[in-house]
Amino acid sequence: MGYSKNWKWGMIFILPWFLGFCILQAYPLIMSLYYSFTDFSILGSGDFVGLDNYIRLFTKDKYFIKSLTVTFKYALISVPMKLLMALIVAMILNMKLKAINLFRTVYYLPSIMGGSVAISILWKFMFMKEGMVNGFLGIFGIEGPDWLGNQNMSLITICLLVVWQFGSSMVLFLAGLQNIPTDLYEAADMDGAGKIMQFFKITLPMLTPVIFFNLIMQIIHALQEFTSAAIITGGGPNHATYLMGVKIYEDAFRSLKMGYASATSWVLFVIILLITMLIFRSSDAWVFYNDGRD
Amino acid sequence: MKKHMKLTWAYIFVIVFGLIMIFPLIWMFFATFKDNKELFGSLTILPKAFSLEPYINGWKGSGQFTYLTFFANTFKLVVPTVAFTVLSTGIVAYGFARFNFPAKRILFGLMISTMMLPDAVIMIPRYVLYNKLGWVDTYFPFWVPGLLACYPFLIFQQIQFLRGLPRELDESAYMDGCNPFMVYARILMPLLKPCIFSVIIFQTLWRWNDYFNNLIYISSVKKFTLSLALKMSIDSQGASTPWNQIMAMSLLSLIPPILLYFFAQKYFVEGVTAGSIKG
Repeated sequence: MGYSKNWKWGMIFILPWFLGFCILQAYPLIMSLYYSFTDFSILGSGDFVGLDNYIRLFTKDKYFIKSLTVTFKYALISVPMKLLMALIVAMILNMKLKAINLFRTVYYLPSIMGGSVAISILWKFMFMKEGMVNGFLGIFGIEGPDWLGNQNMSLITICLLVVWQFGSSMVLFLAGLQNIPTDLYEAADMDGAGKIMQFFKITLPMLTPVIFFNLIMQIIHALQEFTSAAIITGGGPNHATYLMGVKIYEDAFRSLKMGYASATSWVLFVIILLITMLIFRSSDAWVFYNDGRD
Repeated sequence: MKKHMKLTWAYIFVIVFGLIMIFPLIWMFFATFKDNKELFGSLTILPKAFSLEPYINGWKGSGQFTYLTFFANTFKLVVPTVAFTVLSTGIVAYGFARFNFPAKRILFGLMISTMMLPDAVIMIPRYVLYNKLGWVDTYFPFWVPGLLACYPFLIFQQIQFLRGLPRELDESAYMDGCNPFMVYARILMPLLKPCIFSVIIFQTLWRWNDYFNNLIYISSVKKFTLSLALKMSIDSQGASTPWNQIMAMSLLSLIPPILLYFFAQKYFVEGVTAGSIKG
């Protein structure tokens, strides 16, 4: 009874969000699009320059394409690795192991602190040429690479940090696995379907909604990564870890080219939108919903 | 028998792999008691002697400001932000979940779509705005988005939870003469507690671990948070970086999030799965 009569109350309740949306989300979004067509910097008002920023990005700025490539590489390496790891461990934990809560706690631990500066510093220290990781590799007679100084290894080192945090995805997979009705497996057993067959015909299809959700969230995150690259490698060596987040920060707040950085951020935004849309579009073909929609 | 073997292998795997996963943290813990030479010279995990020197000297911070300041600053930034977020996102979720008002569908759609909005694309105009208001180098850029419920994910979580609470609860409270605000404060908010815990945990971890916003908004060392202080410590040391002290302070900075995690674990897993699985 209170719901339609009290509609004014409803509007009052959402007012904080509405103000926040207008002032801190919609207005900045429009302004950054506007800035992207100017040479705005915090020091001056900025003149309209048309498409100059965008043209410069794609034709003159040799670090932009580099940064774009590095960001894609980062996402393409880290996201599948993280999800695969999360899935494997979740499936093993789901074998009705005892003390499952203890294991879940341990595996989740990296996720609650992995994004911090403290852990990035730990990573930097562990992966130094004379650091702990190479020390332990040395015991096995392996001469460890220069993780942070080598152009081919530095991005991998940063990927490892985010893969280490697979616990957050694992918890979701675990919940998804526990939602699969066991009679599906019993029926498959009776039909004589092997374990591998069951994985591809039951487990994987039933998990596709969770995979879908994880994939979107992780890709959006990966494309915006900043802290690890900024702390561990500073974007180097030779721009090998120069993620888009780092480039936008440096252009906007070090070189104070805010119009230019706004243009870069819009390119990133459009890329994120396109990728998200693509995954959503493709979901009809591979995501299976167990509620009669299929 | 075969099944038994399989389980044994599963235990071995999760234990060994779990140890590898937390090994960096174990190693870090013992590293904070070593002296700097031992950190590089030897591979033993346990220190030769447990020395508190790294903690004592590390705590001194920049000389001008100790880690007491950096801890206090971090709390000053995080605690009000989290409190504001809880209040604002809860009431907004209530508004969306329980009332019909003009353009509700559109507004709800807008709210959901901001979950996809990358920070990078709004941060420059936000910075310019805060700068005009004179809020740069204060904690207002952190408190105000909390107050104005700029965390759609946390709103959505609570809407989902509220949808699961029967409307008869509200109805009977209305019968007793409650107004809509009292219905929320007295009836629904207590029931929303598990969800509110998860909001507290998420927001505390995000704000505690945040580096980027700290970096752009806070410039004077007096107001530095732990993130900035730690970054400063690896930059400003020159040739002989006292890694043992840096590790010690890094470890201390991780203790509050770890404590929070262990105390509120139950709500944590609920919260993580709520927004995605039930969807």
